[in-house]
Amino acid sequence: MAQPLVKKDDDRDDEADYSPFLGIEKGAVLQEARVFNDPQLDPRRCSQVITKLLYLLNQGETFTKVEATEVFFAVTKLFQSKDIGLRRMVYVMIKELSPSADEVIIVTSSLMKDMTSKTDMYRANAIRVLCRITDGTLLTQIERYLKQAIVDKNPVVASAALVSGIHLLQTNPEIVKRWSNEVQEAVQSRAALVQFHALALLHQIRQNDRLAVNKLVSSLTKGSVRSPLAQCLLIRYTSQVIRESANTQAGDRPFYDFLEGCLRHKAEMVIFEAARAITELNGVTTRELTPAITVLQLFLSSSKPVLRFAAVRTLNKVAMTHPMAVTNCNIDMESLISDQNRSIATLAITTLLKTGNESSVDRLMKQITNFMSDIADEFKIVVVEAIRSLCLKFPLKHRSLMNFLSNILREEGGFDYKKAIVDSIVILIRDIPEAKETGLLHLCEFIEDCEFTYLSTQILHFLGIEGPKTSDPSKYIRYIYNRVHLENATVRAAAVSTLAKFGAMVDTLKPRIFVLLRRCLFDNDDEVRDRATLYLNTLGGDGAVVQTGEDVKEFLFGSLDIPLVNLENSLKNYEPSEESFDIYSVPREVKTQPLAEKKAPGKKPTGLGAPPAGPPSTVDAYEKLLSSIPEFANFGKLFKSSAPVELTEAETEYAVNVVKHIFDGHVVFQYNCTNTIPEQLLENVTVIVDASEAEEFAEVASKPLRSLPYDSPGQTFVAFEKPEGIPAVGKFSNMLRFIVKEVDPSTGEAEDDGVEDEYQLEELEVVAADYILKVGVSNFRNAWESMGADCERIDEYGLGPRESLAEAVNAVIDLLGMQPCEGTEVVPNNSRSHTCLLSGVYIGNVKVLVRLQFGLDGPKDVAMKLAVRSEDEAVSDAIHEIVASG
Amino acid sequence: MELCPSIKNILLLDSEGNRVAVKYYSDDWQTNSAKEAFERAVFTKTQKTNARTEAEITMFDNYIVVYKFVQDLHFFVTGGENENEIILATVLQGFFDAVGLLLRGNEDKKEALENLDLILLCLDEIVDGGVILETDANVIAGKVDSHSMDAGAPLSEQTITQALATAREHLTRSLLQ
Repeated sequence: MAQPLVKKDDDRDDEADYSPFLGIEKGAVLQEARVFNDPQLDPRRCSQVITKLLYLLNQGETFTKVEATEVFFAVTKLFQSKDIGLRRMVYVMIKELSPSADEVIIVTSSLMKDMTSKTDMYRANAIRVLCRITDGTLLTQIERYLKQAIVDKNPVVASAALVSGIHLLQTNPEIVKRWSNEVQEAVQSRAALVQFHALALLHQIRQNDRLAVNKLVSSLTKGSVRSPLAQCLLIRYTSQVIRESANTQAGDRPFYDFLEGCLRHKAEMVIFEAARAITELNGVTTRELTPAITVLQLFLSSSKPVLRFAAVRTLNKVAMTHPMAVTNCNIDMESLISDQNRSIATLAITTLLKTGNESSVDRLMKQITNFMSDIADEFKIVVVEAIRSLCLKFPLKHRSLMNFLSNILREEGGFDYKKAIVDSIVILIRDIPEAKETGLLHLCEFIEDCEFTYLSTQILHFLGIEGPKTSDPSKYIRYIYNRVHLENATVRAAAVSTLAKFGAMVDTLKPRIFVLLRRCLFDNDDEVRDRATLYLNTLGGDGAVVQTGEDVKEFLFGSLDIPLVNLENSLKNYEPSEESFDIYSVPREVKTQPLAEKKAPGKKPTGLGAPPAGPPSTVDAYEKLLSSIPEFANFGKLFKSSAPVELTEAETEYAVNVVKHIFDGHVVFQYNCTNTIPEQLLENVTVIVDASEAEEFAEVASKPLRSLPYDSPGQTFVAFEKPEGIPAVGKFSNMLRFIVKEVDPSTGEAEDDGVEDEYQLEELEVVAADYILKVGVSNFRNAWESMGADCERIDEYGLGPRESLAEAVNAVIDLLGMQPCEGTEVVPNNSRSHTCLLSGVYIGNVKVLVRLQFGLDGPKDVAMKLAVRSEDEAVSDAIHEIVASG
Repeated sequence: MELCPSIKNILLLDSEGNRVAVKYYSDDWQTNSAKEAFERAVFTKTQKTNARTEAEITMFDNYIVVYKFVQDLHFFVTGGENENEIILATVLQGFFDAVGLLLRGNEDKKEALENLDLILLCLDEIVDGGVILETDANVIAGKVDSHSMDAGAPLSEQTITQALATAREHLTRSLLQ
């Protein structure tokens, strides 16, 4: 036993490099730090100890508060030594220890002495240390020295002061802003880096003053900036100015000549910065792009990987918006596919995929196939996504691209990579009809040998939707039924559902599917057996070739027309009791958030995942809030909450908006108030509502807001009773009433005495649209037909002169407050007529469908035919009423 | 602030990915374990590449990392994803060459650890709180390697060697300018 142990030790001794810090231990080093207190200092030894302390910190060791304080005090003794090397270590050590405020005082005088020393190195470093550890109060004492240092003739000192200024601007802006004269002088410095630091600080001081930045840029772009780094800064500031002035200028872009001139600078970093700035200009033209592309192309064949990477990364971005501009670089780009640096190679390939034309696809694919085997998954995913876009661009090439995808699908790879491939194939199947059958077969082959349960179930689900619609659905059955034999329970259950879908959709296959489903009844997993039983019993027909009823299909495979988020919340709120859970009590409204939707970047292909979930609903938040208030607890179920309506102009003293909550027999107004005056505290805030123009409404309750401090929004509520189930409308005028108290801004305390005051708000209306929920239907024609013409009401209206057809369509949609279906809210340009389909739910849970036909009658006059179908005549009439009175 | 080029960290690791000296200038990595995780990730991603003649570059986790190796020392400089790659490479080159000058051409881990004080001072002179201080290797090394007495100290306190060192420093300074 002993021998191998010894041998091991020997081995380690041989292998381990000698390190001066071998076996270093914190306690021992802290002991060693006592030499700092020796009356006769040994600078060399002290330096070594500090190095050891710094080594410990650098390795992630931490000092306790007590240890840090002890070390700090010991280190301050070292200011006695005149050894420059040791002093430098002392400076670094103090910065690392980041002493507390009361400790800082100990070193302040030593550092201030160094700051005024004749030795440049001392001045520069003392400034950096002091500014790092100081707080605002000390800063005013040393401000004078810092201002001097900024214009010091030693560049190191000047830079130290300027960089410290950049950091201090974050914490003490008002002090640093006083230095702008000195900083401005430093911008003219002959020392390159001083100029860079001065420019950075000057811009930060002035960044909120657009005119000043403008002036700075125009004066500097004319002169000569020496430092390449400063020139890069100037390019960034220039592009900022260009961006901000873009709307006001017409014709030639200001400062473009400057950027273009920088492309001929001698420093590569400046050339690149300028080229990148040009490619990122808003609405850049091909003429403006060309010189930038030319220099980037030169970089592509540089011997330096960094230049190649920078260039190809920029060109890759350009290719997204201006693919044609990049095609000139294609030859250089193709040679980069074999680049040693795989990041460069991947960027080159994806750029080529974006810029390539139809004829080059096959050649490109050949090159990529070799490349794919030796890159990491993360790069492969990028390539797969690029190939997907390419295929959507050139659908005719789907055969070779789909083949490529299926080949790489069979190779080794992690989950994310495989998912990216499967997603891509699914998207191609959806968008390119010719690719459907081959794509499905590729997927079938993949699940034969797929180790990821998630992907298998998703593919099985997808097969269930697409498979029955193909020319020969029977050929997929074998693949699906194999899963029932060979997979885990989750996949087996998914396969059973898919089989049932084939049985329901393809009547000729039904008897054979039944045989297979019956075999599944003996599965050893509950879920699999349950599903098989359910399908066997509901599909009906005892396996004969008969048509499956629509209602059965709807029941088994129909989509859930309730937003999942709402269902989840209702289920969470449901408390087990005698009464069973009522699925119809789940709110159906999907809160639309037009702003957020607009921001979302275009339509993103979602692949296998379910269709994008509706925007998160705030209905539940409202419901929770209202039911927590006892006065409103017995109003029943919340039917609808409107979007907030502003009752004040922007930037007034008090900002108020209102949300209308509609109940069956009540309406609650929720006033969201914000106090924008720091010197005021509002108490007992209520809204006095005058309902004289809303005859059917009677005020029943009001809930004041006890206190409304500055900038923290609060709510006050007013509730009205109205005739039950009737869409009563009316106008309400509002007055904010409150007690205002002065607040001392320095202490934040309010005075005891307040004054009662009022503030006029704008009027608020309850309109018919408040009683209609926006609920979409997936297939309008089906819904329309099944609703029947029993309660149909048709009439024609003249809408008078309108700005455009689109404007008229939007006005009617807003008026009715219903959900546009199948994208019919968009009016094509220059069309003379348009049909718009709307759907919704009227109060009392009545489904309403509306078909609007618009036509231009004369140059501007718009005429409209309105057809309404609903489950209730009265509701159909009510819709006409809304339009007629609107 | 975001317009000013900024450095997220500078790392000097050995050939097994252990720290020789590191300096972080950004709050992106709050704890020591986060820092170590980043170092490990950078190291494994780059160790198989050949970054001995020219600086190499990679991108991951929305950071750009430029790096260069010599013997058993691995030099890294990290910046944000929108940073100018060439600026980062300039900082790396300044650091790399300055360490070369300070170790007098014996760039290996042993020499680096024995002169750790010089390496730490070197890091201190290149970047201050994320802002680039200096990129010229000769100037950086010159600022670090100035072992002389305080000019204010009386001459009698200086030894002959120190006096010579002072003289040499003055000479190199005038040559550099």
